[in-house]
Amino acid sequence: MSSTIAPARARPARLDPSLLPGDTGMVERPRRRFLPFDPWHLFLAPLAVVMLLPLVWMVVTSLLTEAQTHHFPPVLWPGTPQFDNYLEAIRRSAFGTWFWNTMVVTVAIVISNLVLCTLAAYAFARVRFLGRGFVYFVLLATLMVPLQIVLIPTFLIVKELGLIDTLGALIVPNLASVFGIFMLTQFFRTLPIELEEAARIDGASRLSILLRIVVPLSLPALATLAVIQFMWTWNDFLWPLVTILTNQDAFTLQLGLATFQGAHQTTWHLLAAANIMSMLPMLVLFLLAQRYFVRGIATQGLKG
Amino acid sequence: MDRFRRFLVSDHAAGWAFILPSVILIVVFGLIPIVWGLVLSFQKAGLISPEREWVGFENYTRIVSDPKARQAAVNTITYTLLFVPTSILAALFVAHALNRKIALIRFYRLAVFIPVVTSTIATGIMFLWLFDKNFGLANWMLGKIGLGPFGFFEDPDQAMIALVLMTIWGWLGFDTIIYLAALQGVPHELIEAAAIDGASRWSTFWRVTWPMLGPATLLLVVWSTISALQLFDEVFFVTKGGPLGRTSVVVFYVYRLAFEQGLGALSLAGYAAAIAYVLFLVILVLTLAQFWLGRRVIHYQS
Repeated sequence: MSSTIAPARARPARLDPSLLPGDTGMVERPRRRFLPFDPWHLFLAPLAVVMLLPLVWMVVTSLLTEAQTHHFPPVLWPGTPQFDNYLEAIRRSAFGTWFWNTMVVTVAIVISNLVLCTLAAYAFARVRFLGRGFVYFVLLATLMVPLQIVLIPTFLIVKELGLIDTLGALIVPNLASVFGIFMLTQFFRTLPIELEEAARIDGASRLSILLRIVVPLSLPALATLAVIQFMWTWNDFLWPLVTILTNQDAFTLQLGLATFQGAHQTTWHLLAAANIMSMLPMLVLFLLAQRYFVRGIATQGLKG
Repeated sequence: MDRFRRFLVSDHAAGWAFILPSVILIVVFGLIPIVWGLVLSFQKAGLISPEREWVGFENYTRIVSDPKARQAAVNTITYTLLFVPTSILAALFVAHALNRKIALIRFYRLAVFIPVVTSTIATGIMFLWLFDKNFGLANWMLGKIGLGPFGFFEDPDQAMIALVLMTIWGWLGFDTIIYLAALQGVPHELIEAAAIDGASRWSTFWRVTWPMLGPATLLLVVWSTISALQLFDEVFFVTKGGPLGRTSVVVFYVYRLAFEQGLGALSLAGYAAAIAYVLFLVILVLTLAQFWLGRRVIHYQS
């Protein structure tokens, strides 16, 4: 058994045992290399194809003619890409309204959550006040109960408030989230307290400490909250489904797409185009802020 | 008056002022529904009809003799048993594969993560088309290797499997991110020490790495179980509970009882609330059981 020195592209996490002093003699057999590349590519490349296939196929479909979508075997590439499908999808549906509504609701909720959750989380993390532990516990307990379970009573409350069939029904109940408070409280607790104490001694108010010291140190956490909240709101379906009953002017993208599919004897090339357009803002945000998504999921374990 | 002024500048006033807007919102839209739902489950009530009649446990006893509720329960359990282990094992393997520095690794990771941000409706549209019985790409590709054609969502025996495949596609990135973070938290020294002792890669993984992934696995088991038991969007949009009720899951049945029979007297909101509460209790008990079990077998790093 030769003691070949592992090539540089061997896994960095692993030392070649034969290079170590005090070798026990149980040297791992050097891997024979049949391939000019890492064998994991043989698994990862097909995996990437499978994962991207539904998306790529949607893009291809959005560029076909209607006749081409009713063809078997499937037309894998349009002779001339039908970019007009995108305009046609906008013309044949209320896409503009859906998009605008979704944008309004999402932006309102993200901004409100950033403000309200920051205030509350700072108090929970730093201010000693009567009932703090109890209130925090009760809030966390509500995190255990998902919307699906309390769908009917939540609907009834929103109805009592006269919000059904308005964008208010989508915005108001989600202005603050327990998730945001929890996440930011955890983060604020990790910040060094000395700066804040020094500012307090200098007579700064709680609010100015929060704005001038804590918030600038917390931008990554706030960005994480913002992108996760954006994703949840943008993609939400169940809540708009039950609260926007008849008013089509208050439809969101998800709601609109769901009816688009039912209304038109499924014109796949147009539905595909509308679908791509509905995903675009989310995909762009993901590409720009991938690390905040990953951080949010890895540290908090949250998906919509 | 002096005392009041002192309170105003105290930490108590500051703390409450900071939390009050959030607390009001969460009480109104988070806490009150939990209590109201319980009350509703003991009533005979339409969704928007004002008269509500107290019926005691009638809604709860009704569940037992309702064949559609039973079917929904069976479907939900089937889905959960298929989805949870498959998705977690797949994610473990994929995370292991992605946890290395090779060419294109950023691209591979991106491909796996992207479905995390696609909505359930967008995913539903893509898979309805991909799995289309007549013109779908899937049937064409499977036909190339001599399989099919499949009915997928339109076949009573295949719809559930197709649903599981679709949701695994949607969730794989999420689970993988959690495992990848956990894998990167495993100290190199441990792996190296095992290698020096002559352990094979296989036994190093199962004896050293896998125990260190315990907390991540527990999180994923709990989280996936909860979300599997609450499956709704995909069923509502893609299969509508069909064919032949084979994918009608609990939350879908709750939605239909309360919202699809008209909102007036025909709506069975009280009965639906009772089913939702039973589901809530099941989720609660399962979650506590999983944590209890996890405590006993999982090694937490100090």
